[in-house]
Amino acid sequence: MTATPRAGDPVITPALVAEHGLTPDEFTRLVNMLGRQPTFTELGVISALWSEHCSYKHSRPVLRTLPTKAPWVLQGPGENAGVISIGEGLAVAFKIESHNHPSAVEPYQGAATGVGGILRDVFTMGARPIAMLNSLRFGSLDTPRVRYLVGGIVKGIGDYGNCVGIPTVAGDIMFDAAYEGNPLVNAMCVGILREEELIRAKAEGVGNPIISVGARTGRDGIHGASFASEDLSHNSDAKRPRVQVGDPFTEKLLLEATLELIASGNVVAIQDMGAAGLTSSSAEMAERGEVGVVIDTLKVPVREQGMTPYEILLSESQERMLVVAHKGREEAVRAILAKWDLHAEVIGEVIAEPVYRVVEGSHVVAEFPGTRLVTDCPMYTPEAKEGAAVIALRARDVHAIPSKPQEENPTWTLTQLLSSPTIASKQWVYRQYDSTVRTNTVLGPGAADAAVLRIRGSKKGLAVKTDCNGRYVYLEPRVGGRIAVAEAARNVACTGARPRAITNCLNFGNPKKPEVFWQFKEAVGGMGEACTALDTPVTGGNVSLYNENPSGAVYPTPTIGMVGVLDDVSRATGLAFRGPGDPIVLLGDLTNELGASEYLSWIHGVVAGAPPACDLKRERALIETLVESIQAGHVKSAHDCSEGGLAVALAECCIANPNAQVGATVSLTQWDHLPARATLFGEAQGRAVLTAANLPALLEIAGKHGVPAQVIGSTTPATDGLSIAVSGTNLTATLAELSYAYHGALERAMSKSISSALPTAEVPA
Amino acid sequence: MKVGIIRFPGSNCDEDAWFAIVNDLREQAVMLWHKDTDLQGSDVVILPGGFSYGDYLRAGAIARFSPIMQQVATHAARGGVVIGICNGFQIACEAHLLPGALLRNDVGYRAMPVTIRVERTDSPLTAAATVGQCLTMPIAHGEGRYTASEDDLDRLEQAGQVLFRYVDSAGTPTTQSNPNGSMRNIAGICNANRNVVGLMPHPERAMEPLLGSSDGRVLFESLLATVNA
Repeated sequence: MTATPRAGDPVITPALVAEHGLTPDEFTRLVNMLGRQPTFTELGVISALWSEHCSYKHSRPVLRTLPTKAPWVLQGPGENAGVISIGEGLAVAFKIESHNHPSAVEPYQGAATGVGGILRDVFTMGARPIAMLNSLRFGSLDTPRVRYLVGGIVKGIGDYGNCVGIPTVAGDIMFDAAYEGNPLVNAMCVGILREEELIRAKAEGVGNPIISVGARTGRDGIHGASFASEDLSHNSDAKRPRVQVGDPFTEKLLLEATLELIASGNVVAIQDMGAAGLTSSSAEMAERGEVGVVIDTLKVPVREQGMTPYEILLSESQERMLVVAHKGREEAVRAILAKWDLHAEVIGEVIAEPVYRVVEGSHVVAEFPGTRLVTDCPMYTPEAKEGAAVIALRARDVHAIPSKPQEENPTWTLTQLLSSPTIASKQWVYRQYDSTVRTNTVLGPGAADAAVLRIRGSKKGLAVKTDCNGRYVYLEPRVGGRIAVAEAARNVACTGARPRAITNCLNFGNPKKPEVFWQFKEAVGGMGEACTALDTPVTGGNVSLYNENPSGAVYPTPTIGMVGVLDDVSRATGLAFRGPGDPIVLLGDLTNELGASEYLSWIHGVVAGAPPACDLKRERALIETLVESIQAGHVKSAHDCSEGGLAVALAECCIANPNAQVGATVSLTQWDHLPARATLFGEAQGRAVLTAANLPALLEIAGKHGVPAQVIGSTTPATDGLSIAVSGTNLTATLAELSYAYHGALERAMSKSISSALPTAEVPA
Repeated sequence: MKVGIIRFPGSNCDEDAWFAIVNDLREQAVMLWHKDTDLQGSDVVILPGGFSYGDYLRAGAIARFSPIMQQVATHAARGGVVIGICNGFQIACEAHLLPGALLRNDVGYRAMPVTIRVERTDSPLTAAATVGQCLTMPIAHGEGRYTASEDDLDRLEQAGQVLFRYVDSAGTPTTQSNPNGSMRNIAGICNANRNVVGLMPHPERAMEPLLGSSDGRVLFESLLATVNA
């Protein structure tokens, strides 16, 4: 059989090819693969599958360098989600994905459908979702447009996850002008399953029916995948119709029905119809199973009459899944779906003939040979070269930047930093997220460096966190990539969990620009080094390129989603000091590093200098110390030092729990050879602030692992406030002033009129 | 005690309630499907939290028409205990099992721990508590602003139907401690017969010290004491 054009199909012209995002070379490749001119439907299919979003055509060769294996990895990259074993027959499925482009033009629905998509990726593996995380990047909150985006994106995430009933427990948020036109919205989902329940999206069994399940197919989101594969521009608002609309209620029904379907044993494989909808899900399932498929678009349940095969194949209508069932079990599948008031229609079949065929009744509208549809996609290794501007920025001597007069009082600097939106409490955000539904949340947002969830029926717990400091990656991508992994691991370890594996979301600019591709290669290289050193393989993720707009690219932001395991969840440790009279221990050392810091950015408006060094052996030793001492019960609180340095970390330990604040008296005078501002606000890596339950035991474990450990002070009653002695100066603050700065900053920034921030009516704040 | 937990499409705290009864209280629970027409001999019916039918019209407005709700109404009319938590409270109000209405929060959706004060102990959900006892547990809702006419509120107060109020850490109802703008800081009420109770906070999420609070236990123990009395 061969595909022939439908009546009314547009003629394939170079202009139409270009409109579909294919280069002339790629079009030639397509013609060679088919041995003829493509039909309009085929051109649409290829434009989606060969889009950057679906094909990874610029990133795959680099991604192949990442470590992906460990004895506990049950499923690495290439499936709906990665899966690791955590012992006792239990497994964790998890994945992170971006929804940057849709969220930039339609923040509420863009973010909401991002949550929906990642949820489906996890429950299609047979896992019950137990937690959501979000990694968000925004421009400055001084801009009305940014406040509009923050408000819409946070509400979109909240409304969707809250309705489905999956707690949103952790994440990370940073603000920097580099993200002004391109917010980053990365959603991560974590699910739990028994190992034997694991199901893969692999079409198998000739004659097995292919079933469309869930919502009907409409005209929304057509070409969403292609839209996500181009730079944003002033015309992007016109592409708002490419953003899908989410329905969390249907998602909840689909979640329950899918898990029931998998448990019933009636199905062979399930895949979400996500980016590039039916096209991508059916082609990928066929490719994994090394079989052929035939799909009849007339059988696909649609929302409106007159939809063409082209539209049906490329629709990104939400809350739909593609299921391969065992032959003869169609009625059983329908019955389960009907219980949940959902549709299931047989739309195709697994066939022996190695083709991907789409028919409209008796008319073949698209046919591709074998599995080449997926495997023959073009691959590129563009030129990579570091940008001269960044080299100059990195080389700048940041110690030569004079202090501001106000900095003579370091308390001023500290309160300024605590009210920087990147550092300040994110309560304004997370009180819009249900973090306690499903009753597994041991440590929720704001309570610890990572969220901790218990696992019912087991003593074990999970710790989960997202991280990435894009400023570090921008100034030195390899080091920044390393730090992103190391910090995520450190955060997880501060709760007492052993870091086990990562998922990643690589947000970069246009890969055809040599300086962007250089960032990409270097950052992935650094990530890979850290994953190897810390024994946390990559189990999957997502690449989002073209995060650019006319004012430039975002910071390269390889977001890491880390999963760790606590052997005994009752040992889970929070970040807040627990009461007066405890010795405060610093693990790790101080340096004179100031480059790429939040201090320079927020106080001086400078993004320059080299990011702090990241010694992976020391990071590993720190993690071992944290895990061992916390699991042995020697630690009362643990908090890593990150943005804002040691002074901010200490302040956060004092005030994190607004209902039970604790003071601290600390002396750092032994580091009098360092500039005071580096001591207080430098962001040296490999450090954590602990309070000890058993000091000698803690110091002994640190010594065993070769981690510097020093008692730098002790906790005091809240009324004593925070006092830090450094060479030549003394920082003293009441907890009230620190709290005001830290807990209220985001709310104050957001309460500047949002209504004046609508995109059509930009007015100064 | 046998507790029937109603599963509406979109319920998402049904399992939490089940675990609270079965794991924490060691009592019997049964999941009841919204299309069922039999309460299977339940002593107590729980309308759990969630987003029944997506809350698309108005929270709880569609769930009241579920087949099982006929049985729930009959059970309540016979004096059987019905507890509505969060979305279940909204459903109970929509079904006129409880007076008043739950409107959109004045501040938008809120998920956070709150402190509530027990106002009365002559209800199946508070029998084992003490008047003035303060309990900390999570809220997570967008439509929990309890609203009724001033006259109706006066009648509720006089009849002792206000069971819980939002309070500060000193146990005082204040504007600051009111998370959603509820009139008179009302967090939970009962009907005139005192057998149907609704509250917005989630006691089923506060059953274990591991999760931060076990203050919800006394409410479930109250159910047990009531049923066994």
